[in-house]
Amino acid sequence: MNELVFFINNVVIAGSVTGAIYAIGAIGVTLVFSIMRFAHFAHADIMTFGAFMVLVLTTAFPSVGMSIGVPTALVMLPVAMVITACLAVGIDKAFYKPLRAHGVKPIVMVIASLGVTLILQGMIRLFSGTGGQGLYVDDRKAIFRMLPFENVRVPIVITEPQIYLFAITLVAVIALHLFLSRSRLGKAMRAMSDNPELAQASGINTNTIVAVTWVIAGGLAAIAGTLLSLDVTFKPDLSFFLLLPIFAAAIVGGVGHPFGAVAGGFVVAFAETLAVFNWGVFLRPFRDSLPTWLELPSNLAFVGTEYKIVVPFFILVAILIWRPTGIFKGKVI
Amino acid sequence: MADNNYTPQDATPKTSSLPLRELCLFGALLIAIAGVYAMMGAAYSTRMLVEAACYAILALGLTIQWGYAGQFNAGVMGFVALGGVSAMLFSVPVNEAFWGSELPAELGKVLLYAIGATLLVVAATKLNRLGVPKRVRTVFAVVLAIVLYMVVISLLRDVTAEIESQAGFIGGLGLPPWTGWIVGGALAGVVGYFIGNVCLGLRSDYLAIATLGIAEIIKAFLKNSDWLTRGTATVSPLPWPTPGPETLGFTLSRAIYLSLTAVIIAAIFFLLHRAYHAPWGRMIRAIRDNEVSAAAMGKDINKRRLEIFVLGCILMGVGGGILASFNSLFDPNGYLPLNHTFLVLVMVILGGPGNNLGTIFGAVAVYIIWIMSEPLALYLMDLAVAFGAFAFDWQAPSTIDSRALQARVMVIGILVTLVLRFAPKGLLPEHIKQHD
Repeated sequence: MNELVFFINNVVIAGSVTGAIYAIGAIGVTLVFSIMRFAHFAHADIMTFGAFMVLVLTTAFPSVGMSIGVPTALVMLPVAMVITACLAVGIDKAFYKPLRAHGVKPIVMVIASLGVTLILQGMIRLFSGTGGQGLYVDDRKAIFRMLPFENVRVPIVITEPQIYLFAITLVAVIALHLFLSRSRLGKAMRAMSDNPELAQASGINTNTIVAVTWVIAGGLAAIAGTLLSLDVTFKPDLSFFLLLPIFAAAIVGGVGHPFGAVAGGFVVAFAETLAVFNWGVFLRPFRDSLPTWLELPSNLAFVGTEYKIVVPFFILVAILIWRPTGIFKGKVI
Repeated sequence: MADNNYTPQDATPKTSSLPLRELCLFGALLIAIAGVYAMMGAAYSTRMLVEAACYAILALGLTIQWGYAGQFNAGVMGFVALGGVSAMLFSVPVNEAFWGSELPAELGKVLLYAIGATLLVVAATKLNRLGVPKRVRTVFAVVLAIVLYMVVISLLRDVTAEIESQAGFIGGLGLPPWTGWIVGGALAGVVGYFIGNVCLGLRSDYLAIATLGIAEIIKAFLKNSDWLTRGTATVSPLPWPTPGPETLGFTLSRAIYLSLTAVIIAAIFFLLHRAYHAPWGRMIRAIRDNEVSAAAMGKDINKRRLEIFVLGCILMGVGGGILASFNSLFDPNGYLPLNHTFLVLVMVILGGPGNNLGTIFGAVAVYIIWIMSEPLALYLMDLAVAFGAFAFDWQAPSTIDSRALQARVMVIGILVTLVLRFAPKGLLPEHIKQHD
């Protein structure tokens, strides 16, 4: 049973944590992709920016959370979401809107978003330094150890931020679903993603929709960045390793489908954790009963942890070859 | 596809026969170079020029892809690194500790196993021709592929661990560096072929995402394959094809290397110039400007796109090889998306995508800006710190210098956004011939 607990710790929990973060990130990417029709490369850096805002606020008021009983970083999250949403709208006004007005190709917007990526990275590095910093400034990270099975010595480990992570992800996804399916603005957003000209002709104010999209994308990015930094630590170069998995998740789920993005996020995350998991662990109990000519290698993982980035790439390539519209038939091809 | 509303009227028509713009810009560039020579000394400045020349080759590769054909490659770094590793593997002296032992045979055996396993899996995918139901065939092929992959990868891990412990790394071939440059170009071309095959038929954004990914994968591979590249331990010195600094001194030897790269650039420039004005170049631009009508004229769009993408990747591989040889150091960690992808991108879009002369101008100008922004950033930061200490009694953190250097990415980012906004066709725009 030790092996099973090992599997739960290393695959089920780790995969769900990464999956939730990829999912929230991919929702933002997929929304921007379907409304503005370009791959927004600066999304991962907006995530880092959101996390950095939380870090700044938490360092400024380290003891706020103590009185309520939650980590200070979570109390600061709504404020950071507002700031990040403003930043996203501001970036759009300053950099993307003039290009859109000029009617450039989508790929030029992609290059502009790369420029924004670099500017954001430079600013964050200038103000935060290059090292990692924990978001738990004054609070302590609670770690829960559970022993669900008899005569197993290894506990299932889950930390406090991971529990918050699952709860917040669930709330965010449900809230977004209700917004998109019930509210007038949400329906207008879906209309614009289906057919921008038709939406404009039927009286939808596209400027408002664009702004709302950026607000949602910025807010979600702040959530994803903060939750990731809570789980590990805040680092200015957090973003670069997130970009590929998030895009893979958005494309796997089908561009323009928020639920597809969630599914894609979990697919990519579990594929990653399963690929780096050492399957030899499960064979170890049978080591004595194996025939002697079969010598079991110590490491039976598909790829080493250092090659984790290969996994989202191969998922991306596979989906682009066999089903470029994604599992849920996205709209943008 | 929606991304083809390009109108040739948009482009700057060629008005005067005297290339005034070119003359002014290159004159300014010459003055800037002279300024750097006066300030920094000849050895340093010549090194800067050689590096700028290597970047010019990379930029020519990107200008083919982005300027001629409108394909955006966000993973230049990966192709540059492939060129670098190939230059290293071909030019570094032979490692007797590796070749004298049993290890080459072991490694060869694993490679044979890998080929055999691949053939078996391919055979398994053809089982349906023998009457096996398709679903059974698919399941069988996937299971077989996983098992064989595990077997081969375990064997490979054993052999590479042996190589690392006994011989360090497999060493080079001791051949002249230019063989490595050519093979590096070919290697980059092969990788570009696979990526292009997958992505070029789809939205242009997907190519950017995929190339970004492949660049990170290539870097991860080179960084972690200690048996092949010594990983973070780095390989140096790489021999030069020209007399090295120990015989001629820094300035002269670098000047000779510079003339070598200049000859290579001139050759590439000449060939590209001919290709651009040939029917082939017209066809490529026709596909870029209006894909639908080009297809209606019977052009094989995907094949042409692949052709041009591979050609650009080959140039990047060659440039990467030349750059690695010049630095005389192969350090997988030294390949950064910033220095090797975005810098090249700025060079191309600032200089003028699709205009070879503009691209070379952009390469040299941006490289000078980039190099000179280092002392400038430190100086500005010093000023800011002094002002802060004077006005607000502010204690600067000790890491402020490294932060100032890190913040230079902003220079590139601001350049990209400014150029896209105010000079979308670059400083030396592509000339469009008007036939009234």
